Amino acid sequence: MNEEKIIQVENLTKKFGDFTAVKGITFDVYKGEIFGFLGANGAGKTTAMKMLIGISNPTSGKANVAGFDVLSQSEMVKKSIGYMSQKFSMYDDLTIKENITFFGGIYGLSRKQIKQKITQLVEELELQEVINNLVGSLPLGWKQKLSFSVALLHEPKIVFLDEPTGGVDPITRRQFWEMIYTQAYKGTTIFVTTHYMDEAEYCDRVSIMVDGAIEALDSPKKLKEQFQVDSMNDVFLKLARNIE
Amino acid sequence: MKTILFIIQKEFKQIFRDKSMLQLIFILPILQLLILSNAATFDVKNIAITFVDNNQSRESRELISAFDASTYFNVTESYFSENKAIEEMQKGKTDIIVNIPVNFNRNLQKDKKGSISVNINAIDAATAGVENVYVTQIVSAYNKNIQIQSKYISENKEVEQNIMVIPSFWYNNTLNYKTFMVPGILVLLVTMLTLFLSSMNIVREKELGTLEQINVTPIKKYQFIIGKLFPFWVLGLVILTVGLIISKVVFNVPMLGNILLVYGFTSIYLLLILGFGLFISNHTETQQQAMFIAWFFMVIFILMSGLFTPIESMPKWAQNITLLNPIRYFVEFIRMVLLKGSGFVEVLNNLLIVFGFAVVVNGLAVWSYKKTN
Repeated sequence: MNEEKIIQVENLTKKFGDFTAVKGITFDVYKGEIFGFLGANGAGKTTAMKMLIGISNPTSGKANVAGFDVLSQSEMVKKSIGYMSQKFSMYDDLTIKENITFFGGIYGLSRKQIKQKITQLVEELELQEVINNLVGSLPLGWKQKLSFSVALLHEPKIVFLDEPTGGVDPITRRQFWEMIYTQAYKGTTIFVTTHYMDEAEYCDRVSIMVDGAIEALDSPKKLKEQFQVDSMNDVFLKLARNIE
Repeated sequence: MKTILFIIQKEFKQIFRDKSMLQLIFILPILQLLILSNAATFDVKNIAITFVDNNQSRESRELISAFDASTYFNVTESYFSENKAIEEMQKGKTDIIVNIPVNFNRNLQKDKKGSISVNINAIDAATAGVENVYVTQIVSAYNKNIQIQSKYISENKEVEQNIMVIPSFWYNNTLNYKTFMVPGILVLLVTMLTLFLSSMNIVREKELGTLEQINVTPIKKYQFIIGKLFPFWVLGLVILTVGLIISKVVFNVPMLGNILLVYGFTSIYLLLILGFGLFISNHTETQQQAMFIAWFFMVIFILMSGLFTPIESMPKWAQNITLLNPIRYFVEFIRMVLLKGSGFVEVLNNLLIVFGFAVVVNGLAVWSYKKTN
């Protein structure tokens, strides 16, 4: 594994009025790793991620993503990252092809590059039959794979995935994680949040967030040793219980 | 520039994909133009008039038939008793009661001076005023020597009034209200459509979550906004074109001025409206909120535009408010250019004001659109 830090976070804090959603978190992510960002609902995962992708300004603290400061150089950050939101956010009333063209276009790809990408994606995702269908008519699993591919259109250094596999069956989740592995193998850093502890086992390193703070951060293997349990599920439960 | 084209392409695809919406966008304004232009008229026609002919002479019958011959009046039965006639007015079956006194013809011959009394239902004061003018005209056309004593009846109160002649009403007999109203209504439709569509558009993407996806891309604010608004700008000009064709073909509205001037003005005016829609979009979270706010402003804009009620007759403070009303300037402009044939120099003032507003509103809209919160 590469030791080059591609995300550096220092004391990152976000307050909404009196409520502190993210309490001064500090961590690094290395280039090319699959970084699992875990936490219960409302632990502050999504808020933290929104600061890292440059759509939410930190209240205090610093974060450097792909070499750029998230506060002062957020537009540069956006060029280097891909993002897949937990809410499906492509246009239901456009076809797969039109969605790819649009997102490719606003990331600055040329028409020629977009054409190549479409050909490539049609092959990889086996979209021959549905490329001209409206996105709204696709099953959820397909939508998620498509969102992931669209987040990678401009070949970002890092891709942020916010609960990418919510609500799909285990087979589709498995296929999705194969896509993630393939991409990580190509050198893309993956920053992923999830609720599924079996997915946490697939990550190189995971952090577990509880109530706005990171309570644990290491590889799944070491975390299991540290907490003397057999699965990430138990690590998670133990952490959550300790806090209570 | 390339990026903007991708957005424009996508917006047009979405507009044309939703066929039912597309039909609404085009058919509703056309229907409204046809219906409203025919309905929004100050012409008073089919006035029910009842005579209480106490005289029963050749002269009195001639006077009645003069009314009968007019296209504005429908002479209902002539009652002998005034009470019975008033009863009819109470029932709403007649608008005007003309009382011809017993010695009408004798006075007219002997003293060269006759008098009749006219009672007008004045619940709608404006209509009553017009009716009074019509009556005066017909009577004086029949015989200049007849004196009219008018009474306006509003509900049960009888208000004695002197004969009131409002000179502006005289010319309404020849002026076609439609040519006056159609351009103004067209302005309303263009404004309404573009304001509603633009104010709903971006907030819709907020609701769907696609705006967040766009905000994580390196797209520039101006690229997104221009790409978003351009399709509606085009749509506004298309609606204007359709409306102008209908005005010409259906209503035969004169187009004395330069039509290019109309397009030039509308182009700038649309920027103002679209910027305003965008501003609303930025400050709302749901389409319902956006719709409420857009409607709120629209109602004020319409009622204070000078389209239905003259601005000159508003109280001073209200007149001052109309100075901020974009529709006011467009209505004024389009009437000047189409009906009076005004040229560039005469409308320059309106053009500059709208341009100034457009700059301010779009500045605010761009400033309030934030990719990062």
